[in-house]
Amino acid sequence: MAAHLSYGRVNLNVLREAVRRELREFLDKCAGSKAIVWDEYLTGPFGLIAQYSLLKEHEVEKMFTLKGSRLPAADVKNIIFFVRPRLELMDIIAENVLSEDRRGPARDFHILFVPRRSLLCEQRLKDLGVLGSFIHREEYSLDLIPFDGDLLSMESEGAFKECYLDGDQTSLYHAAKGLMTLQALYGTIPQIFGKGECARQVANMMIRMKREFTGSQNSVFPVFDNLLLLDRNVDLLTPLATQLTYEGLIDEIYGIQNSYVKLPPEKFVPKKQGDSGKELPTEAKKLQLNSAEELYAEIRDKNFNAVGSVLSKKAKIISAAFEERHNAKTVGEIKQFVSQLPHMQAARGSLANHTSIAELIKDVTTSEDFFDKLTVEQEFMSGIDTDKVNNYIEDCIAQKHPLIKVLRLVCLQSVCNSGLKQKVLDYYKREVLQTYGYEHILTLHNLEKAGLLKPQTGGRNSYPTIRKTLRLWMDDVNEQVLFPFNYCTEPHGHLLCVQWLRPAQRAAGPAAVTARLAEHRGSPSHPPRAPL
Amino acid sequence: MNRTKGDEEEYWNSSKFKAFTFDDEDDELSQLKESKRAVNSLRDFVDDDDDDELERVSWSGEPVGSISWSIKETAGHSGSTHEGREQLKSRNSFSSYAQLPKPSSTYSLSSFFRGRTRPGSFQSLSDALSDTPAKSYAPELGRPKGEYRDYSNDWSPSDTVRRLRKGKVCSLERFRSLQDKLQLLEEAESMHDGNVITAVLIFLKRTLSKEILFRELEVRQVALRHLIHFLKEIGDQKLLIDLFRFLDRTEELALSHYREHLNIQDPEKRKEFLKTCISLPFSAEDSAHIQDHYTLLERQIIIEANDRHLESAGQTEIFRKHPRKASILNMPLVTTLFYSCFYHYAEAEGTFSSPINLKKTFKIPDKQYVLTALAARAKLRAWHDVDALFTTKNWLGYTKKRAPIGFHRVVEILHKNSAPVQILQEYVNLVEDVDTKLNLATKFKCHDVVIDTCRDLKDRQQLLAYRSKVDKGSAEEEKIDAILSSLQIRWKN
Repeated sequence: MAAHLSYGRVNLNVLREAVRRELREFLDKCAGSKAIVWDEYLTGPFGLIAQYSLLKEHEVEKMFTLKGSRLPAADVKNIIFFVRPRLELMDIIAENVLSEDRRGPARDFHILFVPRRSLLCEQRLKDLGVLGSFIHREEYSLDLIPFDGDLLSMESEGAFKECYLDGDQTSLYHAAKGLMTLQALYGTIPQIFGKGECARQVANMMIRMKREFTGSQNSVFPVFDNLLLLDRNVDLLTPLATQLTYEGLIDEIYGIQNSYVKLPPEKFVPKKQGDSGKELPTEAKKLQLNSAEELYAEIRDKNFNAVGSVLSKKAKIISAAFEERHNAKTVGEIKQFVSQLPHMQAARGSLANHTSIAELIKDVTTSEDFFDKLTVEQEFMSGIDTDKVNNYIEDCIAQKHPLIKVLRLVCLQSVCNSGLKQKVLDYYKREVLQTYGYEHILTLHNLEKAGLLKPQTGGRNSYPTIRKTLRLWMDDVNEQVLFPFNYCTEPHGHLLCVQWLRPAQRAAGPAAVTARLAEHRGSPSHPPRAPL
Repeated sequence: MNRTKGDEEEYWNSSKFKAFTFDDEDDELSQLKESKRAVNSLRDFVDDDDDDELERVSWSGEPVGSISWSIKETAGHSGSTHEGREQLKSRNSFSSYAQLPKPSSTYSLSSFFRGRTRPGSFQSLSDALSDTPAKSYAPELGRPKGEYRDYSNDWSPSDTVRRLRKGKVCSLERFRSLQDKLQLLEEAESMHDGNVITAVLIFLKRTLSKEILFRELEVRQVALRHLIHFLKEIGDQKLLIDLFRFLDRTEELALSHYREHLNIQDPEKRKEFLKTCISLPFSAEDSAHIQDHYTLLERQIIIEANDRHLESAGQTEIFRKHPRKASILNMPLVTTLFYSCFYHYAEAEGTFSSPINLKKTFKIPDKQYVLTALAARAKLRAWHDVDALFTTKNWLGYTKKRAPIGFHRVVEILHKNSAPVQILQEYVNLVEDVDTKLNLATKFKCHDVVIDTCRDLKDRQQLLAYRSKVDKGSAEEEKIDAILSSLQIRWKN
């Protein structure tokens, strides 16, 4: 059992167990020995809910990654494809199936679409002449994956792009569906608040889905009091700024994927005498990061500057605990000490890991360039010189820093200035195209379409007003205190939530904030919904 | 799926209709089926746990037994050739997709579920070998009664859409009138389920004329966006462009056409394609960029042919000493400028490959030009060129050093290219701001500059501090001592 999921106020193991059960049931439908062919992308999310042992219990003997041409040989009765509904994957599957058919004894093929079947994909399989080869074609809606005691994720990285660039709102449908499942398990959530167009649509879909099942009364006592839906589009600022919490920095620098991070191995070699560092591991060190780890739970949301002192405090406590052994005189005392050993050793291991990670991060955060970047970000967010071409951004382009870094800064400036002056925008565009290639005209257009980058219209910058009214920015924050909002650079995210939740708790409409925000995004505001 | 466990299921599993399940009774509820099942399962989940507190972790940190770990373990090596897949891809994707023959009744979702009936399909051999020819392939098909109902024509568009959403059998063919079809589309739209919207759109695309389809979609933005997305996905560039033209979205049309160049590998063909993009209705600035893109590639093709020849002839020193690492084709403008500063610096302005010519043609700003030239010449350790880059003569004939990028940047670039201390020193001295100068000098160990600056600042303390940093008995130490003991200087501290 994933114990950390039950630490929170809501036991999320219930949900995890529900999705595991569904997986087992699907596997049992395909009687006999099995091989699973994985769309590699899915192994991450599935890893969060199941281990190989679960699959093995259900006669899964082999697992492969989905690749072109033939499948590796496997002496099994069933071959099951676990895939996302993507056209290009259908082509590969068809190729696999066709070459397998030529090979000899008939197998049973099945497809499990995650998160759902797609008519378009089935049409493609049909056109390729293989649709009939599949006995079971089912869907497995892994909509909300339990991540932590207080966190669920859809692990749907492309959702924003799909909604705002492609105009495909299917991910909203999945969000609504996931929330319906959640309500089936934890009771109907009595109140829903939302902000932004997409939030409204999710709420509408939920109401609609609810209406369709009027027959079934949900008798579970509601565990959640409120549901707050926020459209990312309401706050484009937060994701552009550099994250400054411990977890945020790990993500910025190494990238956290499905709760795992891959780190350079050198720092994690156990220091032993004898083997004088001959065999340096070349494979990246992979660590899982979640609140199951006591220490990580404590420091993950802290500003990075506060992490060092926590780590050293922990180190003192642990070494003091190990010193205890000298005081243990009687057999009883020794026994007690020994019984605590496993826990202490785990704590020591965890401390060693996080000390190494903190060192790696510190190398970056103490660099001059990191400091410069942060300074520029903070200037933009406090509204300084957002209407001019910025020197630092210019330098970054000249030195050909990663394009993503440059674009993040340019977009940040655009958001903080309610759009860039045409002259400034044209200048950046030109520099980017000349340095990174003209084909990025497409990239820049996409950014404009998503609203991340835009020319200023109307000649008025409303950002300073919003910043003041909503108090998005705090000066003189003590980084060591508990709620370093802006030092987490989640200025909008956090504060928005706080501002929203407060009125929600008073069961009054957050009309005031809505009105103020309406000016910000220009999106229609809407009152909180009646209980569903 | 109201699957009552026990004998009923056993019957279906053992019979030839093994894939059947019942699901009509709880049609309304099937949305919540997983949740309900989950709730029912809560009782026993505590005891059947399989992954454990004592998780073993392999060195890479991947818990032993995790899914990605076991793929590596169980799969071993599988030699896969990519060509086959590419072939298949090119055969099936893009334009050919739309032209693939459709079954006689054309698009009917119910035909999905009828198993191996396609004549002449690849499976005929395995069909013959198979001992259960009557297999059904419809896991969620409903009982036969449901099938009849499917053809009873009494389903409203909203019923149909609901069934589609659950991935069920449903024929759209019976919606014949335009009004019915549009109602179907609106129903689908209101669900925001892209899967269903797309299914309906495929149906409409096939049964409506282009003009009518476009006209109706123009007032249905959600569906319109899905159609555009769908056309992009299947690569139906032609219809997409027709659509943009109809909607008068000229810029999107232009971009969509331009995007195609990324799929063209051959440089000549790509160049020709870019030429066709120039006249497209881009905005004024973009238009200029596209023109530049074309001109740049045209240049690169000429330079590449010429230089490849020079390099293989082996007569030119620069190519012998510094063989080219990659072709210059399709590189960004600034990279091209760097290349030309590296290999063709001294060339006269008339040649296509000369840096000055590039600068003029593409109106490269001074700053950008100087930075790039500096980096290229410093890499070659051509300090004379570096010197010339910053030397300007005024009308009296005096020479003066000027750098549009600021000398602190010059120093940093020189240092990155490991310039000798004498050269660095010269440029550190040109930095105007005293603090910056001192910092840079300290950072790059330009002792003379540090010592002189401290003397000029009359900062005895700092000089004393610096004395501890230089080598014992070195010339620098002597110099510091001489200054410290000098009586001419009135120290400020």
